[in-house]
Amino acid sequence: MRLLIVDDSNIIRSRIARALRDRSYQTVGLARSGEEALAIFRATLPDAVTMDLTMPGMDGIECIRRLMRLRPDTRILVVSALADKATAIEALKAGARGFLQKPFGEDELRDAMTTLME
Amino acid sequence: MDAADLQAIVDGAKAFFTQNTCVEPEVGTPFLEDSGGRPGGEVTGVTGVIGISGPQRGWVCFSAPQALLRHVLILLGERDTGPANTRDLAGEIANTIAGNARRHFGRNFLISVPCVFAGTFEGVQRGPKPRAVVIPLRWRIFTASIVVNLAEDSIRPY
Repeated sequence: MRLLIVDDSNIIRSRIARALRDRSYQTVGLARSGEEALAIFRATLPDAVTMDLTMPGMDGIECIRRLMRLRPDTRILVVSALADKATAIEALKAGARGFLQKPFGEDELRDAMTTLME
Repeated sequence: MDAADLQAIVDGAKAFFTQNTCVEPEVGTPFLEDSGGRPGGEVTGVTGVIGISGPQRGWVCFSAPQALLRHVLILLGERDTGPANTRDLAGEIANTIAGNARRHFGRNFLISVPCVFAGTFEGVQRGPKPRAVVIPLRWRIFTASIVVNLAEDSIRPY
């Protein structure tokens, strides 16, 4: 599975890539913002995306909407510290298929990705 | 801020450390810091600041020494414990604290991306109240602090 990781934190990007490396995920791109994510997405057409919500410039919700317009079957897992239900619902309505709240454990991330890809 | 508000702030820090290091931080007694509405003497080392807007306005800071942050980076499996990553981590902890607090404050508790500074305080605007609330934390042998200056939007800046 080809994976794009979107988060403004380098630590989180690295952590997600490390946690999924042995699970047949190939990280094809790392993006720090919605704008970067769109550019990398167009160039790499990943199967799955992990998406932060609070980022400089374009936020994650808007980025999800735009990714859905580009490729509606993309599987997007939101990974965010925003803990209110309304935000999770908004992300799912925008096109995300899963929501993992920070802080997360690596097993939780792997389980969420497994569910995402089913 | 009332006790429930403070607890919501503390919960995010507890969750971060417990999830990522398996060691829950000890939370000290909160106190008011007389620093003219800005982060003062409790802010040392590296500080991540999240601006808050909406019905609540102000900021939430997480401040910790480099040694604590390097220690947590190692536990996260991060080999690079240099200044860029310690700053990144301070911002991410502040983001987790503020973001998780939306469970209590609601979706209109709007949070900014982290602003991070090291050493002396720079660049953070005065909070809406003259005295910030300091919540001391102890994690392993290290001390850190959460500093909060929040008020309902009807209160004008100090």
